[in-house]
Amino acid sequence: MGEDALYTIDNVVPPNPIENLLRMDRIPHIWCPGCGIGTTVNCFVRALQTSGLDLDKVAIVSGIGCTGRVAGYIKLDSFHTTHGRAIPFATGLKLANPELKVVVYSGDGDLTAIGGNHFIHAARRNVDMTVILINNMTYGMTGGQVAPTTPISATASTTPHGNFEQTFNLPFLAESCGAVYVARWTAFHVRHATKSIKEALAKKGFSFVEILAACPTLYSRRNKLGDGLDQMSYFREQSEIKNGADTKSVALDFEGKIIIGKFVDIERPSYQQSMYDHLRKKLGDQYIPSPEMKNVYGKNGN
Amino acid sequence: MHDDSGVLTGAHFIDGDHACSEGAIAAGCRFVAGYPITPSTEIVERIAERFPFVGGVFIQMEDEIASSIAIQGAVWAGKKAMTVTSGPGFSLMMEHIGYAAMTETPCVFVDVQRAGPSTGLPTMPAQGDMMQARWGSHGDYGIIALCPNSPQECFDLTIRAFNLAEQFRVPVMLMMDECVGHMIERVIIPPVHEIQIFQRRSYDGPKKDLLLFHPDSNLVPPMVKAGEGYQIHVTGLTHDERGYPSMTVDTQAKLVTRLVNKLRVNADTIVDYREDSVEGADIVVVTYGITSRTAIPAIEQARKEGMRIGHLRLVTAWPFPEKRIRELASKVKAFVVPELNLGQMVYEVERVAGGKASITHVPHAGGTVHNTKEIYAAIKHSVKG
Ligand SMILES: Cc1ncc(C[n+]2csc(CCOP(=O)(O)OP(=O)(O)O)c2C)c(N)n1
Ligand code: SF4
Ligand SMILES: [Mg+2]
Repeated sequence: MGEDALYTIDNVVPPNPIENLLRMDRIPHIWCPGCGIGTTVNCFVRALQTSGLDLDKVAIVSGIGCTGRVAGYIKLDSFHTTHGRAIPFATGLKLANPELKVVVYSGDGDLTAIGGNHFIHAARRNVDMTVILINNMTYGMTGGQVAPTTPISATASTTPHGNFEQTFNLPFLAESCGAVYVARWTAFHVRHATKSIKEALAKKGFSFVEILAACPTLYSRRNKLGDGLDQMSYFREQSEIKNGADTKSVALDFEGKIIIGKFVDIERPSYQQSMYDHLRKKLGDQYIPSPEMKNVYGKNGN
Repeated sequence: MHDDSGVLTGAHFIDGDHACSEGAIAAGCRFVAGYPITPSTEIVERIAERFPFVGGVFIQMEDEIASSIAIQGAVWAGKKAMTVTSGPGFSLMMEHIGYAAMTETPCVFVDVQRAGPSTGLPTMPAQGDMMQARWGSHGDYGIIALCPNSPQECFDLTIRAFNLAEQFRVPVMLMMDECVGHMIERVIIPPVHEIQIFQRRSYDGPKKDLLLFHPDSNLVPPMVKAGEGYQIHVTGLTHDERGYPSMTVDTQAKLVTRLVNKLRVNADTIVDYREDSVEGADIVVVTYGITSRTAIPAIEQARKEGMRIGHLRLVTAWPFPEKRIRELASKVKAFVVPELNLGQMVYEVERVAGGKASITHVPHAGGTVHNTKEIYAAIKHSVKG
């Protein structure tokens, strides 16, 4: 397309370029003005559109929360599960049909508080899934309570005098548990985030993308940080891209520097590849994998 | 020797736990997620041993919460799936029993009951989870619960559990107990062609016409699995027939009423019980699971002494055989209800009998089975009235 084409004003409103992957019959969505979640959805859909994946074989699984509502707006096979349990649901979905590409899309509270145990074990096993975690540093849906990701000294509805609990450093957590791909971006860094999600989707094994996004309604305002736009300025000004940074060094603190980038990108056999290879070796021809397992993991002539 | 279906046709001496594993394999279950807990662990151990030979996937999850939702992921990927536990783990699974009910995800939960509450007596029997099985998750919904009383029935009823789950798209619970789970008896596994399997009913209409939760005339919608291009949406929120969240009183009433009614209107085809000399009896002893076996010597002794005693054994605890108990209530003098708890299914008998027959409960706090003398004494007491 030439430069000019971009500025041609037509009397037809061009369709939203991500419409084909949204459930337009469910719009308007529930998110507040200035909420960062919608921006991340845009990144995700654009990543999918250029991923080359067969979209009939992509499934999205969410837990509960404002971010948990993402599954309900995406036109893929989509599952809105229970609070914290998107990862184990996704584990069952993937293990039962490894031909599916399984994406977990959920909030910081959902995935690392109530669902923290599942997160670490899925990463340890290297279950083949992409986890997109929207970190708004609070429990948005329930009114802005403290989360494991709330920075020290920030105010939340259940820490009215300020938070004094240690904050989770999620990239470090993911890496030490065994994730093969770990990245962090913010809702301001849409191009990077999109590219990163695309890379994560292409990985075999447990890939993890954390995206910081504002919750103006319940986090920013309560902490006198302004509205959604102010939070975007903060993300722009305070972020520093450090690809390959040691995840130990990327902890977040209240309104401090944000280290973003791709931190981990390694190869390690996925859970099911290990299962397939191990059982084939131990049991030989007696091993009967499911037809889908055989299709996906039996390709190496094993 | 086994064939492709994984069915171990022949006669075996195995315990109830192992019979349950074989029933699952014969029923076509090919995904099991579980977390070890006595006295149920032998079920998953056998599954872990057997599944690689029959095209199944077993995973030991990090806890029972994970297990009980992993199986539902597997079901939406097209498999038949089961999880296995005992009391403490069953408690952890409650939220996902509700999720299965709400999303109409057919799956099987096996609870090999041990004495509780809490950690209780880990290696000893009880029947203390009967009400939890029915009501343990929040909100209104329906489930089916089956009570085997022998290893053979552990095999047979596991198959039936899968069939009922598929037929009605509900969670089905196999309520075993430590005795039945660890008792070794002869189990006959029939040839493949004699095993009746209810195949999942799948939607096969045009994609654009799909209404994921539009029920057939039996109030049950056909299934669609992920990966077929239907772009389904499944949620535990109150949802309309498209599967979309709909936060209205009307949608709630329509959905939840159907979830309950699909079992109520089909109860006659689900309910199962066994009777022995119930016609003309003065007293009917109502039992289930292991208690049905400890009651027999007591019943026989009372009969020898000339008392007219019938025996009704619940095979389905839920739905409860209301019709039959109501009918009997106006014919018999009393019901005697022994169970390994301090009062659970007896409340159902009482409710349904509606005061027409007297009721004697024979409670037991669990840890072992009843002394048959206690049951005999209760029968005798009821005869005297
Ligand atoms: C078992 C259970 N406990 C609590 C809740 C209430 N709840 C709903 S969403 C939520 C927190 C969500 O926080 P997060 O995952 O960060 O999502 P956000 O809304 O911030 O996007 C909580 C506690 C629930 N639905 N289920
Ligand atoms: S409450 Fe916060 S996270 Fe939820 S939609 Fe509003 S701004 Fe977004
Ligand atoms: Mg949050």
